[in-house]
Amino acid sequence: MALLQIAEPGESAAPHQHKLAVGIDLGTTNSLVATVRSGLSVVISDELGRPLLPSVVRYHPDGSSEVGYEAQANQALDPRNVIASVKRFMGRGLNDIAHRESMPYDFVDAPGMVRLRTVAGVKSPVEVSADILRALRLRAEAALGGQLVGAVITVPAYFDDAQRQATKDAARLAGLPVLRLLNEPTAAAIAYGLDNAAEGVYAVYDLGGGTFDISILNLSRGVFEVMATGGDSALGGDDFDQRIFCWIIEAAKLKPLSIEDARLLLTRAREAKEYLTPHGVAPISARLNSGEVVDLKLTTEIFTEISQTLVAKTIQPVKKALRDAGLSVSDIKGVVMVGGATRMPQVQRAVGEFFRQVPLNNLDPDKVVALGAATQANLLAGNRAAGDDWLLLDVIPLSLGLETMGGLVEKIIPRNSTIPVARAQEFTTFRDGQTALAVHVVQGERELITDCRSLARFELRGIPPMVAGAARIRVRFQVDADGLLAVSASELTSGVEASITVKPAYGLSDDEIAGMLKDSMTHTRDDALRRALKEAQVEAQRLIEAVVSAMKSDGDLLSEEQRVKLESCIARLQTTALGDNRRHITLAMDDLEAETKDFAARRMNRSIHNAFAGRSINDLEGGQDSSKSLGEPA
Amino acid sequence: MAVTLSEKAAKHVASYLVKRGKGIGLRLGVRTSGCSGVAYKLEFADVADPDDIEFESHGVKVLIDAKSLPYLDGTELDYTREGLSEGFKFNNPNVKDACGCGESFNV
Repeated sequence: MALLQIAEPGESAAPHQHKLAVGIDLGTTNSLVATVRSGLSVVISDELGRPLLPSVVRYHPDGSSEVGYEAQANQALDPRNVIASVKRFMGRGLNDIAHRESMPYDFVDAPGMVRLRTVAGVKSPVEVSADILRALRLRAEAALGGQLVGAVITVPAYFDDAQRQATKDAARLAGLPVLRLLNEPTAAAIAYGLDNAAEGVYAVYDLGGGTFDISILNLSRGVFEVMATGGDSALGGDDFDQRIFCWIIEAAKLKPLSIEDARLLLTRAREAKEYLTPHGVAPISARLNSGEVVDLKLTTEIFTEISQTLVAKTIQPVKKALRDAGLSVSDIKGVVMVGGATRMPQVQRAVGEFFRQVPLNNLDPDKVVALGAATQANLLAGNRAAGDDWLLLDVIPLSLGLETMGGLVEKIIPRNSTIPVARAQEFTTFRDGQTALAVHVVQGERELITDCRSLARFELRGIPPMVAGAARIRVRFQVDADGLLAVSASELTSGVEASITVKPAYGLSDDEIAGMLKDSMTHTRDDALRRALKEAQVEAQRLIEAVVSAMKSDGDLLSEEQRVKLESCIARLQTTALGDNRRHITLAMDDLEAETKDFAARRMNRSIHNAFAGRSINDLEGGQDSSKSLGEPA
Repeated sequence: MAVTLSEKAAKHVASYLVKRGKGIGLRLGVRTSGCSGVAYKLEFADVADPDDIEFESHGVKVLIDAKSLPYLDGTELDYTREGLSEGFKFNNPNVKDACGCGESFNV
């Protein structure tokens, strides 16, 4: 018989209608599963009340497997068949794996992803992860009394597509429908309710057992965008245990240790570390096999001192991430602490001092990611009141992009991206001294603007005059959970900005979307050719602009004969560019380029001679910046 | 006529209300649906309705609409743990016949 949970007013589900959904933190060292009960996220513990499931799987000769503490206990006994930290192998090839010679596993090289040879056969990291996920699914189903409609599974923010896909495949193999993959730092931020907070930039400091991650998140309109990530994949709580271990050996003046004694002392070191946080002093006593006796007191002061360099090592990546995001400490509105190792007071203090604010730490740092994932899962499963349909769109049905020079489409957010989503790309100006540019937002899969659906247009004005290609214009597309698209453009040197909000799915029926998709498939080849032609035409125009402007400024370097020659080349290119023969256009461009070589070299000499920075051969070549350029408003 | 909470249930409700940050109490009721006649309603209450009947049990305010009360009279709401599962359970003396899921019943 199912036990009942308290619902929000008016939201009592009909019998059997409450959708059971969970959030899963699939960690390198430990995994957790959480769900929402009576409006609160809670972690589901096992029969013995243990919330964590060690991410360790042991395989037996009969093909069976065990997951968690039992598997972990046998790690030393059966190292080849007890797989730990499999997350490090997800979506990775053999050559991607660092320090594999120091691992006890029998790696098998396979296309795409590495495999592990065990006594139960060759296993892929996806299968091993699936075994962990299956154990969590069974635990959740036993606790919730029914089948799960789905799970939100968290992944590190830096996971690439292959690693994310591998995680999804593992879930499918475990019989677990994936509602969404969620970035771990975002999940932590959700657990703290920051998604309902005011907009701003947040830092998530995640110091786990063996890894350290720092993420800088920007929250705007309820969407988290990952601005920068960093970390150290070989730094975690285990290193702090090691420091205490070394201190014990030194302080107790021990002789070289046997393996058993070393293991015993390492365990004592970890216990002392955990005891120290709430108590301030931790007694360490042990009787070793060698007959030596350890009887020491570890104080917070000593621990802080011996672990100082470790704490400092975490601050370096934090600084780098901030730099990558182009931010300073004062831009950070809040700091979220994740991972058991952040309980240590010296870590709290160092992070607090660096960010000049008290970090958020009132939720259990081991559970915070799973709790946030559960909150998200509950929403995605549809445990909301009728009429509250804020999650209408789950993916973007058609790509969103903008118009670049020559009527071409540059896709910013590809079709089928899950929302909410935010992406940004840099563009540049097409003409020297261009002070305004047109942003034309379109939707569709085709290459040319005329074949896509126009959504909105706006202009960015007030760009300081610069040579073509020098301006850096960041265009940002953001689709929130309601499917609302907001586009903003800003020039990075001057900071001028403009933006617009549109609803892309509005007015398009399913049939229309299907039609547009079908069109794009039948016209793929056609479109590619047309795109290439357009690109050549734009390039030609850009080259002409550059040569003309160079002739204007440094025309005195040309003889009359050269000038006439150049002008005829330009004229020829101009006429061919109007036609539709791409080959002729490229040939005419090559001609003009050959003709200007000498001119360019002389201009170069002059500019070097004048020690005059800013004007270079690149001006003549139309700029080396590979950013696409946007046109001026009509 | 009365409906009560067990001490354990009251403690859980009170702490849920604190963490939720709003709400005046707990709303119990029944609806005609479910596999076995009527189904329980168990919700947080933000406002009292005019036809609500109020009880107080271990410091928690319990609201029940007048129509539901006959189905629930004498009920004690308990909080229990069964295996890995934990949650609320209606101990309702009026029930003649319950669906196995515990979410709906017959009087």
